[in-house]
Amino acid sequence: MDLLEHQGKRLLARHGLPVSPGRLASDVAGAVAAAEQLGYPCAVKAQVPTGGRGKAGGIRLASDREQARAHAEAILGMSIGGHAVQSVWVEAGAQVARELYAAVLLDRGARSPMAILSARGGIDIEELAASEPGAIARLHVDPLLGLQDFHGRLLAVRAGAPRELLGPLASVLRGLYRVFASEEATLVEVNPLAVTADGSLLALDAKVTLDDNAAFRHPDHAELRAQLPRDPQEAMAAERGLTYVKLDGEVGILGNGAGLVMATLDLVAQVGGRPANFLDAGGGSKADAIEAAVEVILSDEKVRAVLFNIFGGITRCDEVARGLIEAHRRLRPRVPFVVRLDGTNDREGRELLRAAGLEGMHVEETMEAAARRAVALAGAQASARLKAVLL
Amino acid sequence: MSILVDRQTRVVVAGITGREGRFHALANRRYGTQVVAGVTPGRGGSDVEGIPVFDTFAEAIEATDADTALLFVPARAAADSILEAAEAGIALVVAITEGIPAHDELRVLSALRLRGGVRLIGPNCPGVLSPGKANVGIIPPSFFSAGTVGLVSRSGTLTYQIGSELDRRGLGASTIVGIGGDPVPGSTFIDILDLFEADPETELIVLAGEIGGEAEEQAAAHIAQRISKPVIAYIAGFTAPPGKTMGHAGAIVSGSRGGAEAKAAALESHGVRVARSPAAIAELAGELAMQAVPP
Repeated sequence: MDLLEHQGKRLLARHGLPVSPGRLASDVAGAVAAAEQLGYPCAVKAQVPTGGRGKAGGIRLASDREQARAHAEAILGMSIGGHAVQSVWVEAGAQVARELYAAVLLDRGARSPMAILSARGGIDIEELAASEPGAIARLHVDPLLGLQDFHGRLLAVRAGAPRELLGPLASVLRGLYRVFASEEATLVEVNPLAVTADGSLLALDAKVTLDDNAAFRHPDHAELRAQLPRDPQEAMAAERGLTYVKLDGEVGILGNGAGLVMATLDLVAQVGGRPANFLDAGGGSKADAIEAAVEVILSDEKVRAVLFNIFGGITRCDEVARGLIEAHRRLRPRVPFVVRLDGTNDREGRELLRAAGLEGMHVEETMEAAARRAVALAGAQASARLKAVLL
Repeated sequence: MSILVDRQTRVVVAGITGREGRFHALANRRYGTQVVAGVTPGRGGSDVEGIPVFDTFAEAIEATDADTALLFVPARAAADSILEAAEAGIALVVAITEGIPAHDELRVLSALRLRGGVRLIGPNCPGVLSPGKANVGIIPPSFFSAGTVGLVSRSGTLTYQIGSELDRRGLGASTIVGIGGDPVPGSTFIDILDLFEADPETELIVLAGEIGGEAEEQAAAHIAQRISKPVIAYIAGFTAPPGKTMGHAGAIVSGSRGGAEAKAAALESHGVRVARSPAAIAELAGELAMQAVPP
């Protein structure tokens, strides 16, 4: 779960890290009231769970009431990286002398926590890593030990930070590690970490990703999740306990197992179609489970055909077929279904589907044939880019 | 031979009194695997169709000489169970459990690294199958016959799909290893590649990767330096959008990192051929197997 800036800052503040006072507003009047209360200058900042807000014009400085109003009007409703801006964070301005970068994250390559510090803050860290790898100091941390003060000092020295900041930086890095470990985050990034005119440190931004698998240990995180904007279809799927990701194509896809579903999406793209979604139905073969999944797929009005791709291991294909037939009869879908069953009792499953004689139900034996049939039925236009990449 | 599990493997199943644990423990035993014990705290002294149940791993090992643990315990208890198994002297832990918090996995991995001598497969994986010898996990064994292909994958059903396509072309497997779809797996592609390299029975290695992390890129470099046997690969997730978790907790493209194109490019740049569909990789394996047969 990627938090919004103000949510991340709330977690930072909880663990003793320095952040500026601010207020959240979801309309222009609220933003102006917040600015009036905080005083000027203040920053009006789009709250969307993505980077590149500054470049997109989603972060602006206001020096009076009229500017605060104009900025809030411009930013609210703006679209940044596909996210509509539904709220702004109005934050007190700060006197910034220089900008640093600090983060603690799960380094998947090393399968270990890693702390990062750079004296070159405020810019894209991936670009910096490519152009000036020496400007970024990194250090792996044993999760059984945690980040110690000396780790922080070591990073500060390696990053070339001024000597008077060794202590304060070690303290901030320990704070970031506390957020990472206590809140069970996979990323806690502050960019920029400001050095203010009076020499103190201040987190001007916060990018926090929380581990969804740890949600059961953090009941207070449910409130953060509830505040996040969510695609309506994805919300509907989550309520039904389904793993669903909305895409923007015409071929609805349902399969069992994340890897197989991804492979199905890729195959649809290879034969010139565009997947409408990712949906992993898991091992469920009952009509109710299939019906719940199909309803989610069909709630996307762009879907022109639905492709079922099942490999029956423990789940038997004849059971899946029975569930599918029952679900199909109940739902009477408006679009054609292409079903491909492989694995345990696949022949029996295909026979059942053929014998049921359902309108718009097509049975195929291979993934390739099923993908081609579904794409043809959807009448989807080839996505030239993906085709070029995949073929 | 085979890797990780064979006829000598003695399995203790944690969570054997639960629905999943019971079902698969009995299925593994039917396959011929030596399932010698179960562990469920509070249920010691009972049995599951003749398999004795103990309260602790220590008692189970004491009584049965089990050397391999198969875990079906709930996510919130899984880290505890892995550490208990390791401390009791288990050499191989196969963790099927899905949904273990990443920080638990980080702590467990650090503890296992300090201890040494314990290999963890998974979590969030289908387990390990050496056809004709032993099945430790939930891989449906009926699609696989014994042979010379080593298959290692981050996925479940996709592995079965690839494995059954291979089998249809007459290509059996030495061992099938699911390393799991989590961000912090106990074993990586590299670990399993090394085992296949050392296994005299394995002649061809099939690697099935997916988006997220950099395990495939690391494997590519390792293959070029250390693996003499032919390796071919498949990568799932070319159509995955950035920032979205595609089912597996570890299957996510983060910004410009972890995408399928970069993984395929890394493998190909190190001489590993990358097939674009499960059927295509089986065809490729078939071609290589034909070439390997002396005229």
